[in-house]
Amino acid sequence: MRAAHLIGVGLTPFGRHEGASALDLMARAAQSALDDAGLERGQVDGLLCGYATTLPHLMLATLFAERFALQPRYAHSMQLGGATGAALLMLAGDLVRSGRCQRVLVVAGENRLSGQHRDNAIQTLAQVGDAQTEVPNGGSVPAYYALMASRYLHETGTTEADLAELAVLMRRHAGAHPGAQLRSPLTVADVLASKPIATPLKLADCCPISDGAAALLVSAQPGSGPRVVLRGAGQAHRHQHLSAMDSVLACGAGEAAQRALLEAGLRLEQIDHLAIYDSFTITLAMLLEEIGFAARGGSAARARAGDFGPQGALPLNLHGGLLSYGHCGVAGGMAHAVEAVTQLAGRAGARQVPRAQHALVHADGGVMSSHVSLVLLREG
Amino acid sequence: MATDTPFSQGLAAGRLRYQRCQACGAALTGQRYACTQCASTRLAWCDAAGTGAVYAVSTVHRAPTEAFRALVPYTLVLVDLDEGPRVMAHGAPGLVIGERVAAQPMQVDAQPLIRFDPQPVR
Repeated sequence: MRAAHLIGVGLTPFGRHEGASALDLMARAAQSALDDAGLERGQVDGLLCGYATTLPHLMLATLFAERFALQPRYAHSMQLGGATGAALLMLAGDLVRSGRCQRVLVVAGENRLSGQHRDNAIQTLAQVGDAQTEVPNGGSVPAYYALMASRYLHETGTTEADLAELAVLMRRHAGAHPGAQLRSPLTVADVLASKPIATPLKLADCCPISDGAAALLVSAQPGSGPRVVLRGAGQAHRHQHLSAMDSVLACGAGEAAQRALLEAGLRLEQIDHLAIYDSFTITLAMLLEEIGFAARGGSAARARAGDFGPQGALPLNLHGGLLSYGHCGVAGGMAHAVEAVTQLAGRAGARQVPRAQHALVHADGGVMSSHVSLVLLREG
Repeated sequence: MATDTPFSQGLAAGRLRYQRCQACGAALTGQRYACTQCASTRLAWCDAAGTGAVYAVSTVHRAPTEAFRALVPYTLVLVDLDEGPRVMAHGAPGLVIGERVAAQPMQVDAQPLIRFDPQPVR
């Protein structure tokens, strides 16, 4: 089996990009990734896209290919909620390792903030709930996650102040990234005092809605810079709807991560860098704890101890995550991978951590419904 | 508008329904084509007694639609029915996890729903 090399990344600032369409934003990130890798358009033979709620097109990949002047041999888009970006990278890895493609461009972007009314965004996202048994109750994604959070807090002893700690951590990291949407300092008290959304979640426990885009290039051949490879990947899909989630202590994240680690031939203890989906503070706590990077109810303690900071044992989402870098849909989940690749390559500038060799990327879609884990390594 | 299903038809008739496998007897959460326990496709819709225990609870302050904006703050719950299945519904304010509850029909903007209230002590 060949290696899958991550040879270029592109990431726009997240926030408000007034007047830019989903395709405009995708083009910006894709061009950045090509420039980063030193590639010409003609050298891309595979194209994988996500979806955009502001552009519900049947053929987003070919639509983008035409606009971006690509004529790939392989192209399609994929829909897996927040896990889409990680799943696209997993597939890109398989495409280059199988010999199907030489260089795959993975790109997503959306004007989720400026391209529609906020209510439309919230209603579109709410449809991940069941159309007869959940959505008619006035459910929304924050409400589904809040229900799940109420149970997780009940079972693990996690407090609202613990969850707040994770929002504070992401904001601190975002402060070091000029592209982050939310950069003003945030304290635990600020989080606890922020507007209630659905108890126990408050506004600062929830990611913002953003415009933005991200792109990565996955290649059968290494690039000219430091070698970063996708060594393992795994998925788990145990339910779609919150009602059908058997236990908040076993949503599938742990299984997906174990599958990725097994394929990579690594143990969890060898991971030294984290890129973990954080649509809400509860998402981040549950994923860290189910995968095994903190004891049950112990994420906040590790955050307070500095373990997840740039100098800690497990630097986590150094771009600020969805909670503070921002969330524009598929690209929001890809930003974690962009940051991990940048750190592994030693190219993060002022944000660069002292050592990053083995990174675990994890994303979930729906209400902890679809799970995708990736193991990225720096070679040499 | 979502397609009518036996569940939504039940709600319209003021009933809370769930599926039971006719092969192994398992009571199922959600709307299934096959049994999660034995994979049989012989499933039947049954009326629930409407009693159970609160599995999760949230007070919602930000509603997704105009109809629900008039209701905020409202309480959503996941309830484990005595028959086994877990359902999402409205709940009386102040419910706590583990509390015994009983279902009542309710409506929001002509949409039939279920609200769980504390179960009267007998």
